[in-house]
Amino acid sequence: MTLDIDVIQRSLPYLWKGFQYTVQLTGTAALGGLFFGTLLALARLSAVKFLAYVAAGYVNLMRSIPLILVIFWFFFLVPLIVQGITGAERPPQMGAERTAIITFIMFEAAYFCEIMRAGIQSIPRGQVDAAYALGLTYAQTMRLVVLPQAFRNMIPVLLTQLIILFQDTSLVYVISATDFVGAAAKVAQRDGRLVEMYLFVALVYSVICFAMSQMVKRLQSRIAIVH
Amino acid sequence: MNYHWNWGVYFQEVPGGGEYYWELLVAGIGWTLAVSACAWVIALALGTVIGTIRTTNSPWLVLLAKTWVEVFRNIPLLVQMFLWYFVVPEIIPALKRWVIQVDPGTAQFLAAIVCLGLFTSARIAEQVRAGIQSLSSGQRYAGMALGLTPTQVYRHVLLPMAFRIVIPPLTSESMNLIKNSSIALTIGLAELTFRAREMGEYTFNFFEAFTAATLIYIVIAMTANRVMATIERKTAVPGFIAGGSR
Amino acid sequence: MPEPMIVAKQVSKWYGKFRVLNDCSTEIHKGEVVVVCGPSGSGKSTLIKCVNGLEPFQQGEITVDGISVGAPTTKLSKLRSRVGMVFQHFELFPHMTIIDNLCLAQTKVRGRTREEAEKRGQKLLQRVGLTEQAHKYPGQLSGGQQQRVAIARALAMDPICMLFDEPTSALDPEMINEVLDVMVELAKEGMTMMVVTHEMGFAKKVAHRVVFMDEGRIVEDARKEDFFGTPRSERAREFLSKILHD
Repeated sequence: MTLDIDVIQRSLPYLWKGFQYTVQLTGTAALGGLFFGTLLALARLSAVKFLAYVAAGYVNLMRSIPLILVIFWFFFLVPLIVQGITGAERPPQMGAERTAIITFIMFEAAYFCEIMRAGIQSIPRGQVDAAYALGLTYAQTMRLVVLPQAFRNMIPVLLTQLIILFQDTSLVYVISATDFVGAAAKVAQRDGRLVEMYLFVALVYSVICFAMSQMVKRLQSRIAIVH
Repeated sequence: MNYHWNWGVYFQEVPGGGEYYWELLVAGIGWTLAVSACAWVIALALGTVIGTIRTTNSPWLVLLAKTWVEVFRNIPLLVQMFLWYFVVPEIIPALKRWVIQVDPGTAQFLAAIVCLGLFTSARIAEQVRAGIQSLSSGQRYAGMALGLTPTQVYRHVLLPMAFRIVIPPLTSESMNLIKNSSIALTIGLAELTFRAREMGEYTFNFFEAFTAATLIYIVIAMTANRVMATIERKTAVPGFIAGGSR
Repeated sequence: MPEPMIVAKQVSKWYGKFRVLNDCSTEIHKGEVVVVCGPSGSGKSTLIKCVNGLEPFQQGEITVDGISVGAPTTKLSKLRSRVGMVFQHFELFPHMTIIDNLCLAQTKVRGRTREEAEKRGQKLLQRVGLTEQAHKYPGQLSGGQQQRVAIARALAMDPICMLFDEPTSALDPEMINEVLDVMVELAKEGMTMMVVTHEMGFAKKVAHRVVFMDEGRIVEDARKEDFFGTPRSERAREFLSKILHD
């Protein structure tokens, strides 16, 4: 069996565009997911029962069903919701790439929520007591004492989740969005070069993810706040 | 919003077939469970071995285990599925000959369980490793001091306790596996999510189709959770609080 | 008799069936130093945490400087900013430098400018003998140093009284004295202090009164001389004989 390395070289520009989308999707979902995830974590931990239940329900739902199903759900629902909000006659054509961004933000929020919740709960009660004893309010305590420490402790876990997210974005394939894998698949099918393209994709992901996980390991030993 | 609700769609007949949509969904559930169960067996067997040898003193075995884990961890599951289904038969001509002559469903099933089995084995290996390493080194020394060989120490002292420690992460791993089985739809395996999308595409009743799939996955997840909780209870060691995972 | 600063009237607290505090009543007057002691589980830490509202209580009344702690209309954060508290495990904020620890509440709660806060902070660091540590992190200081900083942090808010919850219990023996010395100075300057502690030497030196608690009740509440001379209750006598080594 001979490998046609040339096909990889020829399709590099197209693959690069797909790769850019993968990175963009990963970054947006990470930031959006972290923001909403922290809010969800605070909701889950709050004393307001209603908030806690709704947040827990949402997080448990997102974590119980496959990501592919979540992608299908959002691909189907988001145009309908936008139509409902804008009152248009027909659901807008939103395109797979855009619904994917919303999907991944909402999905990752559930996972980041659990990470942040564990982080917040790992801060000893004494820290909260000390902050309250000084007269700080709940909001000040969270913002100035608890969240900075929780976030810092959770950085290795958050980065690991980022690596997982980076790999998960490949599933936009099922709604035909053109990410890195999607681009490679298109070239593979058009040129009949499945072996070369998929091996190339596997190689690129391996190198990037391995490098990232090694960096996280090194970071882990340097960053922990000792109590 | 001009969505046409039709909760009776499950009892409609599939165009061209003689089946009802609910029967398709049930068939999908069957494939989901079959793929998950077979992959789980592979994953558990391999994962335990790899995780255990990762904790030995032999540098070669440790390197093998580390490499195994890294390979399956750093490639997206979707890409791994494509590699097993599209690329491996190209590399092994005998396999390709077999794949061509056999029912496509069988080839998809085999690729799916190998892919999911090996992927999950890497994750189980890490959990088994963590479980063994969380036991105090005193346990190992105590076993050796009694004259047990290394194999006996693993078999009678370390692994029994490690397994109990590892049941909670294994529970979540089994639920991950069931969710990941949906990726097999990309190579054409007609599991639950595949059937749900198919139903939606034929009837345009996506909401009903996806709701059914969602509820079914939730029920499966809860059942798996119950089963593992029962196993955990039945095998619990009195007075021992598992470290770490709580 | 100076006016009462802290008044507790029939305070009770329970968790389900378990009574942590049972009908506790006492008064601490301005300038008084009261030591609260008793076996572990006697509720003394819980009682002191009720004084500044860190722990809620179901029955009874606590007022600090005339303000009711339990009343729903009381703004607790405002009250707490006037009551200083020092914890057993120091609880400095590890992600901030020493000087930042001292300035945080001053700027965010009292609204002082950063310069004012730093000046005040430096003065207090000088008072507890730790000026060179201003820009270090808590993790770089010893336990005794951290506790002295914790006292300075509480003093930076110009409190009307100070609560100490077993301030030396987590310290290595050789560091206990450096913290007690600071507390003795504070007492001599006329600060109203409520101190939960086992350090009877401290009590003998500067306390005015000693409160002895057992199983959630205040069993004895006497002047220092009376308590150490002839305690009235059997339980207090037993306790004293066990912890006094001289």
